[in-house]
Amino acid sequence: MSHAADLPLWAAIAVSAFLLLGSGLALIGMIGFTRLPSFYQRLHAPTLGTSWGTGGVVMASMIYFSVVGGRPVFHELLVGIFVTVTTPVTLMLLAQAALHRDRAEGDPTVPGSIAADTEAARDDAKT
Amino acid sequence: MSATILYWSLTCAQVMLSIAMALAMLRMVFGPRAQDRVLGLDALYLNSMLLLLVFGIGSGRTIYFEAALIIGLLGFVSTVALAKFLMRGEVIE
Amino acid sequence: MSVLPYPLLALSLLLMWLILNSFSVGHLLLGSAIAVFASWSMAALRPSKPRIRRWDLLARLLVIVLYDIIQSNIAVVRLILTGRRPGHHSAFLAVPLELKDPTGLALLAVIITSTPGTAWIEYNSSEGTLLMHILDVMDETEWIDIVKNRYERLLREIFE
Repeated sequence: MSHAADLPLWAAIAVSAFLLLGSGLALIGMIGFTRLPSFYQRLHAPTLGTSWGTGGVVMASMIYFSVVGGRPVFHELLVGIFVTVTTPVTLMLLAQAALHRDRAEGDPTVPGSIAADTEAARDDAKT
Repeated sequence: MSATILYWSLTCAQVMLSIAMALAMLRMVFGPRAQDRVLGLDALYLNSMLLLLVFGIGSGRTIYFEAALIIGLLGFVSTVALAKFLMRGEVIE
Repeated sequence: MSVLPYPLLALSLLLMWLILNSFSVGHLLLGSAIAVFASWSMAALRPSKPRIRRWDLLARLLVIVLYDIIQSNIAVVRLILTGRRPGHHSAFLAVPLELKDPTGLALLAVIITSTPGTAWIEYNSSEGTLLMHILDVMDETEWIDIVKNRYERLLREIFE
């Protein structure tokens, strides 16, 4: 806490607000992650942390280092961009894996394969 | 004044993110099926990345930012590999 | 082969290099060299080249998506903290898409996934059907309308 004393009051309030917003959203997302009943519903919970949860913490960090350093600092933005680009890939792959496993077990609550005909066609082409 | 505000909000943020990590870990350990555990691991990585960014603000050093970037990278790659494993039963085909 | 096959990629790589390191003439030169070599190696992979036709609409889409992300954050927080309202449930939803451009589809996937409450599950490219999961739904047609009119129409105008 060496640099915090010479921070102007407005910057301290802005940093605190964004910090609490971001970590609060991440926490609420994780509460939902433990409380929601099925996997496909739980899939939505971490997106709270990846959208405005990350956004809030990144904004707080950007404001803090810009004010303390006396020059604009943007490099935290890379974390935000990186998370935004990678989350769809991980969630999409996980959802497909879960769907594949549920269909293989014959779970009646998941919809039938919309790609069944193409998969079958691809298998036909192979043989 | 501003030091006090910042101190308390940093403490609150760290406590909230630690609880979030504990909840993600809970799902990772007890999650009924394998996909829940993988999703829990992904959430754990995300929350630890946020916690590292908060540590960076608390200490005023930018080295934590690089650590956060690496954690994010590792989380992405490991989740993709695990999801691939769940789908096919093997990573290298 | 042209010197810069992917000018946008090269520019964003250079920007990333300058953001990660502090700005100086040496880093500008090094970053430019890395950007040029990286876009050459990208050209060796021959990905399909995205064509952005309407930059003004892209900016509008960005504003709409940021607003929607804030809205759905509030909705999901309310759902987690206060529980489900009567008549609402979570459901799978099949949406027929007319968008074919790969970059547009990738952008649509990013939009749908980063908005809490909606998740992209599966896409069938031969029929153009998208399977998504919605956390809190009362009327399915309302969500199909949002995806088709709010996002897909703009994306088609931008990329096709």
